[in-house]
Order: sequence, then structure tokens, then C-alpha cells
Amino acid sequence: MSLISKSVTELLDLQSRGETSAVAIVQEHLNRIQSGDSQVQAFLGHDAEGALQAAAAVDQKRAAGQPLGRLAGVPVAIKDNLCVTGWKATCASKMLEKFTAPYDAHVIERLKAEDAILIGRTNLDEFAMGSSCENSAYQQTHNPWNLECAPGGSSGGSAAAVAAGMAPVSLGSDTGGSIRQPASFCGIVGFKPTYGRVSRYGLIAFASSLDQVGPFARNVSDAALLFQSIAGHDGRDSTSVEAPLANLTETLDQPLQGLRIGIVDEHFGDGVDADVVHSVQSAIEVYRRLGATVTSVKLPNARYGVAAYYVIAPCEASSNLARYDGVHYGHRAQSFGNLVEMYEASRGEGFGDEVKRRIMIGTYALSSGYYDAYYLKSMKVRRKIANDFTEAFGEVDVILTPTCPTPAFRIGELAADPLQMYLNDIYTIGANLAGLPAISLPCGMSSSGLPIGMQLLGPAFEDERVLRAARMFEQATDWHTKRAY
Amino acid sequence: MKLTLSDVQKVAKLSRLKLAEDEQVRYVEQLGQILNYVELLNEVDTDGVEPMAHAAELTNVFRADVPKPSLDRQAALSNAPKSDGKYFLVPQILEGA
Repeated sequence: MSLISKSVTELLDLQSRGETSAVAIVQEHLNRIQSGDSQVQAFLGHDAEGALQAAAAVDQKRAAGQPLGRLAGVPVAIKDNLCVTGWKATCASKMLEKFTAPYDAHVIERLKAEDAILIGRTNLDEFAMGSSCENSAYQQTHNPWNLECAPGGSSGGSAAAVAAGMAPVSLGSDTGGSIRQPASFCGIVGFKPTYGRVSRYGLIAFASSLDQVGPFARNVSDAALLFQSIAGHDGRDSTSVEAPLANLTETLDQPLQGLRIGIVDEHFGDGVDADVVHSVQSAIEVYRRLGATVTSVKLPNARYGVAAYYVIAPCEASSNLARYDGVHYGHRAQSFGNLVEMYEASRGEGFGDEVKRRIMIGTYALSSGYYDAYYLKSMKVRRKIANDFTEAFGEVDVILTPTCPTPAFRIGELAADPLQMYLNDIYTIGANLAGLPAISLPCGMSSSGLPIGMQLLGPAFEDERVLRAARMFEQATDWHTKRAY
Repeated sequence: MKLTLSDVQKVAKLSRLKLAEDEQVRYVEQLGQILNYVELLNEVDTDGVEPMAHAAELTNVFRADVPKPSLDRQAALSNAPKSDGKYFLVPQILEGA
């Protein structure tokens, strides 16, 4: 019996019935990584010994009749910008090549408390800045559906690992679409929770007002289970919000009666791939058949989202990444004159192209004489974008969009044109600017055999509604059963 | 607005980034394109709009002022590029000291 395609629920059931063990599950996934990752290159490193030890401990607990966590024996792949004690956390940057995390991120503490098995560190665009994993300082992750295509980014390694069967679930982080876009490209489910639902403690910061940790899975139920395991208040993140969350294992399968779906007409017009339009429109028909009503809503300021984001995120990044000074941790240059030259040389050598580009944009936008025109203006536009959502959610329960304008692009296709790459985030950025929960789930295939994803957004803290609406679609369709392997 | 080489050099200085000459030239063009795109924001009427700095608009988040264990010295120094086991070591900061 192969354990590779099993869902988290199935893996838990098989263990509780004594038909398999945590060690067997972990070993089979390690074998899979061993045989498949030379092609996909999803992992920057994996911890076979540690994972097998943790799995053996779970099996012993079970044999001794001790209580087990909600994710007992389930392998989880971890984006390499989350701190795991004793593991490297490189952010796919030369800057952190030698950095070993001295503590666990909140989400890692939560996974360990639930007896999950941390299986390895996954590739990303350097410091989570990018949409293709082309900005990794170490390797290019490939899309398991077509190795010539990008897996998306920045959490491309976490998405590819799950799509290639190397882990049933994984964690990523999403600042402008970095969970949802790779989920869409790799044909899996990716969920960005409401801002504040999941603690950012131990997530290496990119843009703090936008960053949020979330799950990847091959179905909505598994994503919900992983989300429930990591959500909750944590005093170490001052933006962590104390908000009740329903027990999703009880409510997830209940359809939402009288669901009101909003769509935005512009999302089906110029610049959107025809296969994407067709797939998302078919998904809307599925919802209609399930009894949902579908109405057009207006998000008049959405078209300014990418511009506002590419000011705000770099501004925050330029501030957050100022900590990499070659003093406390990270790369220090070998040769320099004085202290300032040490900073300049260390940062010049340690950061890659895109990270430097964003630090420069942010520094420029925050510099004397430009602050009002760029940063302040962007924060005002951000308010208008958030207000558009508030107004729309007065009329509808969720908004349905394509996740991306196109299926996965080819590696190298957009590499020379940063602006075109940024425009890939056009539908995903709004949720980050407004702090809303948003999920991407598979809803079709392109004529060239690449997965297509759709996105559902809900009002802040209505994570449960978004997941239940996604689950309704999944129960009525079989797109989530398509595999790249 | 046109970005110049000296703009890029000034921003690199402020950013504490040592850039090679070819990087500087490339950034003049690429940053210029991005900033041109961002000009799109000028279409939006934002008179009287309150800036939104954060998605979770919380203020004054306090916790009890109770001492708790923190990272011990060895762990805190474990990633230091240069350390004597007690302190982070950096190049001389004050000239003539």
C-alpha cells in the first residue's frame, strides 16, 4: 500500500487502525524525496534522522496508549524562512547561508505539540521576494506538472513538495500571494489566513504588515486541519489577534446555505488567459448548481493594488532587512575598511538581485522628499482598497476570482522583467493589503496540461466561511484528485 | 520622472549596499520602470483618506511586565560572524580611539 497519495485524514486513520506506523509513513516520504527531488528540487535540506526519531517517538506514545496530537505522524515540509531549533533557516539567501535557528517559530511549536513530523526545509525566492523560485540563491525548483515551468513563488518549494507527493502538507508564508500563486501553479490547495490569525513569531520578516503563515495541502480538509493546528493567539507577536475559531473538523463539511458569491467583471476580460477564464466560469456554474447566488461586485481601486503593494512591501522590507549588518548573524564580508564599509560589503555580497532591488525601492520611497508621494500615498490607496472589500462584503459572503491571470509560466520567461513578474500578483495582493482570508484551490486544467486555480476571499476573521465555501466546491468536483505523478 | 545614476548611487548609500557598476546601471533602468508604474497611484483621489499602515489596526498592545527566560548568551552568540564567546566583535568604531 502506497502512503504517498494519502490525505492527512487517511494517514491518521491508518495509524489509529494499526495498519501503518509513523515510521513507515515518514520513511516512504523520505524515499520519495530521495528518488524525486533531484528533478523537482523542492527541498533545500531534509532531516531524515530527526524525522525518523520523531516518528518513532510517536509510535511509542501510541503503543503506550498515551494521548496523541492532531497531526500525529504526519510529515510536514517547512518553508525555509521559518525557524526550527537546530535547523538552518536560510531564506534561500547567501546572507543566511550559515544561520542555524536558535529557537522554534510559534507555528513550529504548535506542529511539534500536535506530534507532526518536520521532514525538511523547502526552497523559496530569496527572503520570500518573488513569484517563481528563480530568486533562490541555491537552486531552481521545478513545477512537478512540467519541469520546464516555474512552481510559482515565493513558497514554490513547499507547493512543489506537496504536489510531487514528497509531503502530504507543508507550511508557506504569503505576503502578496506567495502561498496562493504557487498553489495555483502546482494544482493544490493553499490558504492565507486572516492577518493576525497565525503568529509571525519565528517567521523571518519580509513585510510585517502583510506577512502571514499558512498551509498547503492536496485538499481543503487537510489545509483546514493544518490551519487549525497553527492558529491562535501568541503574545510574542503583537499583531496576533485573539479571535474565536470554530472547530473546523466539525463544521467544514457543512455546505453554506444561500451562499452569496461576488465576482468582478474585469477578472474575465483582457489580459486573462482564456483557459483560466473558462475554468473559473465553470467553477461559478458549479456553485450555481449548489444553490449559490452569483452577483457582480465592484472593486474600483483593485487596479491600483500592485502599485500600492510594490511601494509598501519594499518600504517595510528595507526596514526589516536593515538588521542584516554582518554583526549579530548572517554574512560578514572578508575585506572592508571601516564599519560602514563592512555593512555595505556584507550586504552587497549577501543579498541577491531582487532583494537589493526591493531594498532600494523601499529606501527611495521612504527617503526625504519622497515619503509623502510614495509611502503615504500608498497607505491611503491601501485604505481605499480595503474599503472596497468592506463594501462588497455588505452584498456578498465571498468573492471568487482567478488566483492568477495565467497558468504556470516557463522558467526564465519573466526573469528579465521585474514589473511583468509583479503583475502576476494582481488578484492575490488585495487580500494582503486588506488582511483578508483567501484560499486558492484547483478548478481546471489548461490545454497544455497545467493546473488552474481559483481564489475565494472572505471578510477578516471569516476564515471558516472561506474554507467551507472551498470545501463545497471540492465535494462537488474532482479537480483536487488530479496528480502530477 | 527619470531616475539617474547618481540617484541610484545615493539610494545605495542610504541602503548600505555596495553595488557593482553594472548593477548600478541595471538598477537605473529597472527601478525607473517600477517607479514609473507606481505613478499610477496619482490617478487615485486620496483627499481626506486616512492612511492604512496595517491590516490589523491594533494600538497599544501591552503584556504583563513579568521577567521571563530569554535566549541564553551561548545561543545568542552562536550565529555571530565574530565573537569572543562573551561579546559580538566588530571593527573599531571610533576613529583615533
